[in-house]
Amino acid sequence: MKRYGILFLLLLWPALALAAPSADEIVARANKAAYYAGKDGQADVKMTIYDAHGGTRQREFSILRLNVAGEDQKFYVYFKKPSDVRKMAFLVWKHVGGDDDRWLWLPALNLKKRIAPGDKRTSFVGSDFFYEDVSGRGLEEDVHQLVKETDDQWLIKNTPKDPDSVEFSWYQVWIDKATSLPVKAEYFDKEGKLYRRVSAEKIETIQGHPTVVEAVAEDLLAGTRTVNRFSKVKYDIGLKERLFTERFLRRPPREVTR
Amino acid sequence: MKLKMNKWGLIPVLLLLAGFMPGSVSTARAGLLDDVDLHGFFDTRAGIRTTSDATQRQTSLLESRLQLDSLYQGDALTLQLRGDFIADDVEQDRSIDLEQGRGWFDLREANLLVSPTDWLDLKVGRQILTWGTGDLLFLNDLFPKDWQAFFIGRDVEYLKAPSDAVMASFFPEWGTIDVVYTPSFDADRYIRGERLSYYNPLLGRTAGRDAVARVDERNGWFSDDELSLRFSRNIGSFETALYGYLGYWKSPAGFDPGSARNTFPRLNVWGASLRGPLAEGIANLELSWYDSRDDRGGDDPFIPNSEQRLLLGYERDLGRDLTVGVQYYLEHLVDYSAYRNSLPAGMPERDENRHLFTLRLTKLLLNQNLTLSFFAYLSPSDRDFYLRPKASYKLTDNWRLSGGANFFGGSDDHTFFGQFENNSNVYAALRYSF
Repeated sequence: MKRYGILFLLLLWPALALAAPSADEIVARANKAAYYAGKDGQADVKMTIYDAHGGTRQREFSILRLNVAGEDQKFYVYFKKPSDVRKMAFLVWKHVGGDDDRWLWLPALNLKKRIAPGDKRTSFVGSDFFYEDVSGRGLEEDVHQLVKETDDQWLIKNTPKDPDSVEFSWYQVWIDKATSLPVKAEYFDKEGKLYRRVSAEKIETIQGHPTVVEAVAEDLLAGTRTVNRFSKVKYDIGLKERLFTERFLRRPPREVTR
Repeated sequence: MKLKMNKWGLIPVLLLLAGFMPGSVSTARAGLLDDVDLHGFFDTRAGIRTTSDATQRQTSLLESRLQLDSLYQGDALTLQLRGDFIADDVEQDRSIDLEQGRGWFDLREANLLVSPTDWLDLKVGRQILTWGTGDLLFLNDLFPKDWQAFFIGRDVEYLKAPSDAVMASFFPEWGTIDVVYTPSFDADRYIRGERLSYYNPLLGRTAGRDAVARVDERNGWFSDDELSLRFSRNIGSFETALYGYLGYWKSPAGFDPGSARNTFPRLNVWGASLRGPLAEGIANLELSWYDSRDDRGGDDPFIPNSEQRLLLGYERDLGRDLTVGVQYYLEHLVDYSAYRNSLPAGMPERDENRHLFTLRLTKLLLNQNLTLSFFAYLSPSDRDFYLRPKASYKLTDNWRLSGGANFFGGSDDHTFFGQFENNSNVYAALRYSF
């Protein structure tokens, strides 16, 4: 009977996994859905930054992403607005578990500037989004804990393994069961106060991939807010790895300039 | 008054004007113009000297410029035109000189880019070229610089002067080969005394408008040509490169006693560089060998000796939106005893080794709309310095206000930065980008 019991468990194992995945499995799935859809992808981004006094600033850029070996990725960001950063390009070779390689292309100087790795939890182009929101946070950097489950969402609490490396003491993420996409993240400071929120406002299914097409980041202390709107999203366009090199910083590819 | 536009003539100016006036083009061409992208900025800036110089105006900078930038991207080729229309109150000579960047128009870029095959890019025409790993220090980058623009407080992009060249880039599997051929020598836009004073060794003092440098230009097509080469390759996160240059000293470092004019002696440069991550920052190493071909023995007092140059740099983040960069740079004069023995009496003697340190601090504030930066050159061997503090604030997405200073100083009048002591200045600028 014991033998059959084990067999029974083994047969049931996939079903069990589906029914009650661990917190680590949930975040791994969410990470895949949010940052790794398809073999590659591209999108145009319109970013609006609202300051606390009602003023706004606009950014427009195109992003190309390619999944390479392992969990590593390459990104190409081409700026279109505002005018003073037009034609600048930002190249990232993301290394999971290590420092990313980052370069900034300054067209007026024809200069490929290498950027020191630095803190990933700093503002991306002056917005309320952080570099880490754009390229993803390493899963191994936090301890994940499933704190709540509803019919359509999981709530995961994430506590940093190295508390001194980040500005939050913990954050919680709601993950949609149907799409595996993280739909809301709330960050709490050392006093346990909520001070930052990132949320997915609109999700569309594009080429079979549920995709966030509108995202908002809010700094609740400063009273600032940034809205990202994604358009022309495409997956599996067959991007070549050579696109993510100096050659195509000097000569931006049509995929981003169109 | 001389109109010196021998290389590219008025054609690009007319093209620019035509391209920038869509109204002047018939609607039949609208299809083509849809692909043309027109942008630019209007920039106005003013600066004054912080010390007085009897040979110069107190006003160091007073100018407005309209830059128009137009890009056409077709299937087979990309065309780029970028030029500045300038009203400059300090410059005395208003005639256009596209080489020295003087007059009411400065052509920054006018080039055509094609990729005939998967492994080749060709860029032909006027273009800005940069390579090497230094931060405001150049060892293997022998493309023309505009030191005057840099020292008087124009935007830093004006440090790079345009080249009229053909750049061919080859992309085999094992690296990248860049070959740049400049058929007629493009000198630096060097300091000649017209608006910045310099040390004149003949007079034994600093001189300005009273003794503008007299220079034997090199502008023979295909005879005074330059060739720049680079082989680069990434190894993991490290960028490696080898460089070569066959041409001339970029500033008129030589002297012809017969004509009493400064000259551009022949120069070859060979070098290498390495850049990559180190201890949470980025480190770079660059080496170069300056082979002064007209004075290989080092005993001609009127031609610079060969040099070995070394650069070590390191940059990293120090907290949120704060970056610090340090560099050490060495210029080692080869055949130093030959140099000393041949030095005419009364001429100031340079050291065998010129040591230079630089420091860069950059802090972003107010949602990255305010940038505070500080760059310092400090030479313990020359006992001189050059400080560049700057603040820049983006009032809106279009308007930017900035202010800064260029402070020079030194114990001696003849050292690299010390000679510019009386050119120290402060400036302010307002720019509208569109």
